[in-house]
Amino acid sequence: MVADFASLQSLLATKEIIICCGSGGVGKTSIAASIALGATKHVGGRVLVITVDPARRLASALGLGELGNVPRRIDIGAVDSDDPGCHGELWAVMLDTKQSWDDLVMRHAPDEATAFRILDNRLYHSLTARFVQSHDYIAMERLYELHESGHYDLIVVDTPPTRNALDFLDAPKRMAEFFRGRLLRWLTLPYRVGGRRGTRLIEAASRPFYQVADRLLGSRFLHEIAEFFLNFQTMYDGFVERSVSVERLVADHRTSFVVVSTLENSPLREAELFTAELRKRGVHVGAMILNKTLPGYLLDADGATVAKQLLEDSDGLASLVAPGDDRTARVMRTIAQSYQNFAIVAAREAELRAGLSRESHLTIGVPARAADISDLDGLGWISVHLFDNGSVA
Amino acid sequence: MVEHSASIFDRRLLVVTGKGGVGKSTVAASLALLAARRGKRVLLVEVDAKGNLADAFEHRQVGYTPVEVHPGVLVMTLDTEKSLREYMHINLKIPIFGHLSPLARALEFVATAAPGVKEILTIGKVLWDVREIVEGRSEFDLVIMDAAASGHVVAQLGAADSIRALVDVGPVRAQTEWMVELLSDPAITAVNVVTTPEEMPVAETVDVIARLRAETAVPLGCVIVNRVLPELFTTHDELAFESLNQPSGRESLVEHVGSGSIAVLDAARLAVALRRSRAEHLGELRADVDLPCLYLPYLFTRSFGLRVTRLLADALDEEIA
Ligand SMILES: Nc1ncnc2c1ncn2[C@@H]1O[C@H](COP(=O)(O)OP(=O)(O)OP(=O)(O)O)[C@@H](O)[C@H]1O
Ligand SMILES: [Mg+2]
Repeated sequence: MVADFASLQSLLATKEIIICCGSGGVGKTSIAASIALGATKHVGGRVLVITVDPARRLASALGLGELGNVPRRIDIGAVDSDDPGCHGELWAVMLDTKQSWDDLVMRHAPDEATAFRILDNRLYHSLTARFVQSHDYIAMERLYELHESGHYDLIVVDTPPTRNALDFLDAPKRMAEFFRGRLLRWLTLPYRVGGRRGTRLIEAASRPFYQVADRLLGSRFLHEIAEFFLNFQTMYDGFVERSVSVERLVADHRTSFVVVSTLENSPLREAELFTAELRKRGVHVGAMILNKTLPGYLLDADGATVAKQLLEDSDGLASLVAPGDDRTARVMRTIAQSYQNFAIVAAREAELRAGLSRESHLTIGVPARAADISDLDGLGWISVHLFDNGSVA
Repeated sequence: MVEHSASIFDRRLLVVTGKGGVGKSTVAASLALLAARRGKRVLLVEVDAKGNLADAFEHRQVGYTPVEVHPGVLVMTLDTEKSLREYMHINLKIPIFGHLSPLARALEFVATAAPGVKEILTIGKVLWDVREIVEGRSEFDLVIMDAAASGHVVAQLGAADSIRALVDVGPVRAQTEWMVELLSDPAITAVNVVTTPEEMPVAETVDVIARLRAETAVPLGCVIVNRVLPELFTTHDELAFESLNQPSGRESLVEHVGSGSIAVLDAARLAVALRRSRAEHLGELRADVDLPCLYLPYLFTRSFGLRVTRLLADALDEEIA
């Protein structure tokens, strides 16, 4: 199979949404922001990056301080001044889970009084913080909203850290199931029917559940949970409808996933599983980004020979190269040893890369940068590699 | 510092947390190995179940029943349904026969929705084993818990308190009393945070330590800095390296040793730069965190498994001594 896109440029030119996913620590946020920055240069248009939990320095370099929940235009003048053809705009927004949930409640609650009852509930905060995949859901929700606004030509999304990347994908469906679910009915039934008499009307099937739950948690707590969900359930229609739309948007041909990984066993295994699952669901996978890779010269046969020679005859070679300096031999052994060390890791990476299933997507390596990615220069550095070094695996 | 470290294995519960991917599980496994070397019988519990903790001992996956994966080290993977069953049976005296599933699903639902319930089941099971040790009924000497990643660990360790605030009667509340007691006893419990000398892991470490202090009473142990790159040169030698790296030095090396010298020099330059940017983050860590730090080297190995676990246990041994 041949990749349906030969470069990141062509992928970005035909999609409206790019979702970056992968396991924690691989550099999703930096890659997402660099893709967005690169898109403004190479494709143009108004590009928005939705970031989740960026490093503090990067956030402030992007001007995403306190008011991160509202999209802001980033001044990229310094980066593209040498490129007069560039006419794109870069926008960025940070995902604020709590604020987004509050907005959602205000929007979906049948009336203001119910909305405030929900927002004031003392369970609400903990629930939205931990609700069935609440971060994942809210990220999707926010994406949908920003896409609907029609302000942006391209939206690049950084996904929240999840134990399993699929959680993110399943979030809208789970949210809908949650609201439709029997469990929620069981939990709220006695309170819906009302008063003591209601308790007797509980379906037979839910009886053991009640007995155990009641014994475990006490009825006051159960009552409190139920009351909360009863209010929450008034938002049922809005939520279900919305989550169906969100789900449709993700599967849409205008959306593509970019899977980010490092060349290490477990992130890569997860990335491959995720890619396979996405394909199975008919979702488009546009590219795989291999981040923080070691440079190719570490696999250089001449380099290996030199390292070996330096270790074997450091004294002799030192007297030729820097006669009279007693430090040189030691330095030569050190750099030779270090080369061999890093070469082991580079060889491991190369092997993992060769073992990647020959899928049809574009695979791009981004080298490890010694300095942190903490400003536009750093993002620019990554985007040079993203947009110039594309190769089809 | 020495006091802390000397007694680390005399505790009964060592919790290991950290940002995802920093080497939490590997470090938890090496701690277990080291404790076993010192004659302890260790229960190593995987809580954030990816189910691959046994890999560190090159052993097949292990489930809810502890399996001795290495002499003195038994691994188990927590599972909500099973811990719920055990919890109800042991603590609440509610026997459950046959199919638990619909009920477990129902409870799992309450557990996901209600703050602290799921966590209490997890931490409850771990603490139950700790209590058995404290009361002299256990085959183990020490429980090591490969806990939730730093984003979630405060909720996990603070679960007993959250439950106490919400549930005012019943056996669950009663259970929280002894749990809180064990968790907050510095002679019994220590939470250790694994990090790497990189920007985000260090920021998350500083953050989680502050939150643990503010929101829980759990005693903190040490910060374990993993994947520390070696310092290549002394300042004195670095000058000699710099001159080798000058155009004239590079040419001379190419002439006398071969064209591959460039790759070797560039690799050394990269190693120095990587080490330097990481050293800055180590500085931030030391400035912002007042816990003892243990340093573990970046291992340049061909593969991972028992050998890496052993090497890191050796390194831990040296750091603790
Ligand atoms: N000191 C080290 N030097 C080199 N590699 C290491 C070191 N410590 C851990 N690793 C490797 O890093 C990878 C991640 O380690 P590990 O699975 O322990 O991380 P984790 O923090 O438990 O991750 P997760 O968040 O996925 O549970 C593994 O391949 C491991 O072998
Ligand atoms: Mg782990």
